[in-house]
Amino acid sequence: MKNGAEYIIEFLEKKGVEVVFGYPGGQILNFYEYLGRSNLKHILVRHEQAAAHAACGYARVTGRPGVCIATSGPGATNLVTGIADAYLDSIPMIAITGQVKLQDIGKDSFQEADITGITTPITKHSYLIQELSQLPGVLDEAWQVATKGRPGPVLIDVPKDLFLEEQDMAAIHSHLITRKVAREDNTEKMMPLIVERLSQAKRPLILAGGGVISAGAWDALAELVQRTGIPVVNTLMGKGAYPENQPLALGMVGMHGLAPANLALSHCDVLLCLGTRFSDRVTGNRRNFLEKACIIHVDTDAAELQKNVITDFPVHRDLNEFFKILLEDPALVKSEANAQWISRIHQWQKKYKQPTEFSGPLLKPQAVIQAVARMADPDSVVVTDVGQHQMFVAQNYPISSRRGFLTSGGLGTMGFGLPAAMGAAFGRPGAEILLFVGDGGFQMTLQELATIREYRLPIKIFIMNNGNLGMIRQWQGLFFEKHYVASDLPAYPDFIKLAGAYDIPAVRINAPAELDEKVKLALETQGPMLIDCQIEANEYVFPMVPPGGKPGDMIGRWQDETHICCISGE
Amino acid sequence: MRHTFAVLVENNPGVLSRVAGLFSRRGFNIESLVVGETEDKTTSRMTIVVEGDERVLEQVSKQLNKQIEVIKVNDITDDESVNRQLALIRVAADQSSRQEILQITEIFRCRIVDIGRKSLIVEATGDEIKIQAIIESLKPFGIQELVRTGKVAMVRGVK
Ligand SMILES: Cc1ncc(C[n+]2csc(CCOP(=O)(O)OP(=O)(O)O)c2C)c(N)n1
Repeated sequence: MKNGAEYIIEFLEKKGVEVVFGYPGGQILNFYEYLGRSNLKHILVRHEQAAAHAACGYARVTGRPGVCIATSGPGATNLVTGIADAYLDSIPMIAITGQVKLQDIGKDSFQEADITGITTPITKHSYLIQELSQLPGVLDEAWQVATKGRPGPVLIDVPKDLFLEEQDMAAIHSHLITRKVAREDNTEKMMPLIVERLSQAKRPLILAGGGVISAGAWDALAELVQRTGIPVVNTLMGKGAYPENQPLALGMVGMHGLAPANLALSHCDVLLCLGTRFSDRVTGNRRNFLEKACIIHVDTDAAELQKNVITDFPVHRDLNEFFKILLEDPALVKSEANAQWISRIHQWQKKYKQPTEFSGPLLKPQAVIQAVARMADPDSVVVTDVGQHQMFVAQNYPISSRRGFLTSGGLGTMGFGLPAAMGAAFGRPGAEILLFVGDGGFQMTLQELATIREYRLPIKIFIMNNGNLGMIRQWQGLFFEKHYVASDLPAYPDFIKLAGAYDIPAVRINAPAELDEKVKLALETQGPMLIDCQIEANEYVFPMVPPGGKPGDMIGRWQDETHICCISGE
Repeated sequence: MRHTFAVLVENNPGVLSRVAGLFSRRGFNIESLVVGETEDKTTSRMTIVVEGDERVLEQVSKQLNKQIEVIKVNDITDDESVNRQLALIRVAADQSSRQEILQITEIFRCRIVDIGRKSLIVEATGDEIKIQAIIESLKPFGIQELVRTGKVAMVRGVK
């Protein structure tokens, strides 16, 4: 005989879960009672949103589901942002929430909220346990749902009384998932044509999305590039899918993609899209996205095919299976025109270089990021929050390690960075965690400094402090005639003092001259450290494809530092 | 284009709200939705009529398929199928008009299921065109109340 709480804990342990992130409350106290007696390590965060983001950070670095726990009502609703974040970035996550007693459900009881209903559109599935005998089946199924196919979050809501109810649960099995009727697909028929297109293309290109990383298909992608010589661009979520220190890695495409990458995208004649969903941040105007190119789209989620962009070859396959068929085909070869295409890309790379040398008395965000990238261990995990600094990191910090880059891509959640970095620190013990965060986003979840201090997590918090909501200011500067509304952040708090209050060491970098020395100091410091980088307030992220534009049509500064010019992809 | 989907789902509480929510969230237009238990108590059949172009319909079917509780989705628009709706029509009927109404119901093979002093309730089943025709022919007498179901459908032929 086992009670509900014991059963859940035993299940998580059997699945190899070591760490869970959570916050207690009345309806889940019974569960905590047993959690406290188990071998599972529970990390008490300081706000449930952070539990969800931390679980997400943990999942992003390990590839295994992160687990977060909250009480009913406000505890559960505080998870919502983190769950939505995991949903849009396809991160496997299990959220367990306490619910009011079975008989109290539907009565507007104290701390009752319909969290399964609230999370229906932002989970792969949400379960309300209505009798204890459902628990084994639901847990099994929830784990499968979170991890299989396209990963994502799952929520399990457990009424308080079921944690203590006992039952012999050995004989109960899950039945739901196995009933699903499979759909046919015609991948086999398309494959020879796909191979032919790739091998005969004049200007072939690979677009790697986050799906490559969740499928763990790094080696297969590298082999494909090696064999065909096709250059690779990536989405924000696909950063690190192909090592960025390789010559054929052109970097990120999209709204703030690098110019050569965006130009390659707009000029390619055959585009192989792997595990990506044609977000509007990538395509700009979806209506006429690469009208003339042949697009091959491979995704494990059939619903992504033909959803945002109509493609010539929609392939519904797990990426690993797709690669296996593709790479086994001897007809797949490097196209004859490849060399010419690559040399054209090289010209773009020469012409449209991102700045690497910075003059002037003010500290440039790019300079900070490049300095850290130069000096840090390449196996560090790089985490960002959301805003200008996020794009600067995506452009300026080459990632070559696997699962070494964590960012909130789909939801663009400010406040993601600090707790996600925490989760990453637990998921990858021993690794250095480098967080870049804006002064705005940092203030959304800074309560977690306490958790970070408690466990002395090796997180280096680089606050890219520009005294404003940089990305908002940039849009107001470019599209609202410099009418700056609600985007100033006056210089409070003093982040050095704040770190002091949490007993976390901190330094401030004021000028370019002290950059290297202070970054070095930070990287050599054990445990957490906060680095308040006083960066220039008026820097814009360039290039930029204006919203709704075409991938190749960008504005930016290439000739000199002050002049904004346009390039066209035509 | 109007399409009919036959969707087999787990017979769980909440599955209807999930499916309905999916439609509103993704901006699909439901024209009608009928749900009921099948021969197997653990499953239900939804018959959903949707309006949209080819691309929307493809998305509808794929998004439905992604739902954990959805077992099978069939677009039966182009299949030979039996389609039925049910309507209950309360129509004003006095001594003088009663006979004429009875004749009409006979022609359409409807049934009178209730007789009041001043009205009748007519039960009609059939495909949409037939139901519409009945309603039209009863209109002149004065329809006091009308309820109708959405469409249920089943593909013809031996399985
Ligand atoms: C929770 C949330 N609220 C609002 C936004 C909209 N938003 C996007 S970027 C941004 C500014 C971010 O400013 P900061 O954190 O200082 O970073 P910076 O852009 O200066 O690097 C805002 C408000 C968001 N992405 N997330």
